[in-house]
Amino acid sequence: MNPENLLFAKTHEWVHVEDSDGAKIATVGLSAFAIEALTDLVFVDLPEVGRAVTAGEPLGEIESVKAVSDLYSPVSGEVIEANTPLADDLEKLSEDVYGAGWLVKIKIGDEAGLADLMDYATYQKQCEEEA
Amino acid sequence: MRNTQSTQLLFELSSPGRRAARLPACDVPERPVEELLPAELLADQPPPLPELSEPDVVRHYTNLSTMNMSVDTNFYPLGSCTMKYNPKRNERIAAMAGLADLHPYQPEESLQGMLQLLFELQEMLVEISGLDVVSLQPAAGAQGELAALMMAAAYYRQRGEQRTKVLTPDSSHGTNPASAAMAGFDAVTVNSNGNGCVDMDDLRSKLDEQTAVFMITNPSTLGLFDQQVAEIASVVHGAGGLIYLDGANMNAILGITRPGDFGADMMHFNPHKTFSGPHGGGGPGAGPIAVRQQLAAYLPSPIVVQDGDTYRLDDDRPLSIGRVRSFFGNVGVLVRAYIYIRTHGPDGLRRVSENAVLNANYLLARVKHFLPIPHGDRCMHEFVASAAQLKTDRGVTAMDIGKRLLDFGYHTPTVYFPLTVAEAIMIEPTETESKETLDAFAETLLRVVDESPQLLHEAPHTTTISRPDEVQAARKPVLTWVAE
Repeated sequence: MNPENLLFAKTHEWVHVEDSDGAKIATVGLSAFAIEALTDLVFVDLPEVGRAVTAGEPLGEIESVKAVSDLYSPVSGEVIEANTPLADDLEKLSEDVYGAGWLVKIKIGDEAGLADLMDYATYQKQCEEEA
Repeated sequence: MRNTQSTQLLFELSSPGRRAARLPACDVPERPVEELLPAELLADQPPPLPELSEPDVVRHYTNLSTMNMSVDTNFYPLGSCTMKYNPKRNERIAAMAGLADLHPYQPEESLQGMLQLLFELQEMLVEISGLDVVSLQPAAGAQGELAALMMAAAYYRQRGEQRTKVLTPDSSHGTNPASAAMAGFDAVTVNSNGNGCVDMDDLRSKLDEQTAVFMITNPSTLGLFDQQVAEIASVVHGAGGLIYLDGANMNAILGITRPGDFGADMMHFNPHKTFSGPHGGGGPGAGPIAVRQQLAAYLPSPIVVQDGDTYRLDDDRPLSIGRVRSFFGNVGVLVRAYIYIRTHGPDGLRRVSENAVLNANYLLARVKHFLPIPHGDRCMHEFVASAAQLKTDRGVTAMDIGKRLLDFGYHTPTVYFPLTVAEAIMIEPTETESKETLDAFAETLLRVVDESPQLLHEAPHTTTISRPDEVQAARKPVLTWVAE
């Protein structure tokens, strides 16, 4: 996916929303900026399918040689798929950030959180300020 | 030049039939082991123990021991850890038979000296903390945090209040939110403001009637004294919450200010940092906790009390959260803390902190010209530099600098902590270092930041092992050695 077409959370998750059978499905990953800042990844803990998640609340954990960080859910809804093979193949996260490196798919329940997400240009600006 | 000392394992050094000891002939009748034990309990073959001569064994361990860096061999500016020199007097006194050869099952009347020492240590920590009652039992700072949060939970239960949240600043030690989760609370992060102190608006927005405790490290992990602390305490107390002070950085404020005076209700001490107990090796540690009177009933049991001329362990404390450690805690470390405090006295402890702060500020003033200090020109006992610009300009990271310092005989400062500073290098010289040591370190650091990136990426060049594969070690750790 082209990052310029994605939405981004303040906490560095990317979101791709598409319609499927009348429901809105969000594919969620972690931005290239965040993955580079974390450096070498050693562990990822993803939520189980079926778990209800809330925008802004922890969704899972990611651990690098530097630190353990929470992953935050950018939207509210229900986890319908988790990219569990990633755990054994963490290189994918950095090699194909906006494709094979996706983390979870969430069926959006409440669209309230969507309005807080940023477009690519705004997110880039945030990253420049943080760097 | 790389040090080529052997890092072979004893198993790899083994040679069949080699022995370090010759045992005398057996003078009792020998019986085959099959006659003594049932067949199903016997191994198929003897265990493959390494076979070595005495010099093999002595060289192996002596060589390993010389690979250690310690505060006895090198300057050790490991921020947040307060690697102060441990006076040898502590060791000599702690090893005296009257202290070292006691057994906790001895009758109390034969332990009066030790109980008096522990009682007096409790009293001294009360005075240093500005709080009311102390338990010496927790075996580490993090266990002190956990015990105190369990006490907070018990305190609110007793009052019939349902409080589920513990707030921690984003610069806190990772143990703070971990202790909160272990004690059954939800850990909620409070952001820092631009000065690295607590963002009061963010604190106010997250503080509510669900908040049990706000945990603060003051001075903070950025080496800054948060001057809003009295206001923070008043806001948190106003919402019915408690203030927990992470005492990791007490080395900056001994005899100058007291947590109880700036609003803390509970705190732990790290005797291995502040009071010169030995570090490392996984312990034994100690993490005494001090609390206000309203929380005293919940302290871990037992605590040492004085009845006239005698001392005893008081276990009759029905609201206590119970024991958090066997016997009285790790007494050996507490003895060293006691000796350190008694050796310095109140004025000496104050000078310890003054010199710790002076040394850190001197080093900051020398370093800031070539490594930016994002949070200003003054610090308490430690400061955090950033290699972010160096990384952007030349690809050199905090880790590269840390690794290269090993080649010059310096222990690496703390890197990548706190998480709020990019490419953080956290430097804490402690009070025991001379101006000459600080100057030499600053000059080395200046030299290192100018070296070629390639040289730095491959550092250290002089140690037996250069850079272990940390990624594979974390992803696929090999925890047992198996003969091939």
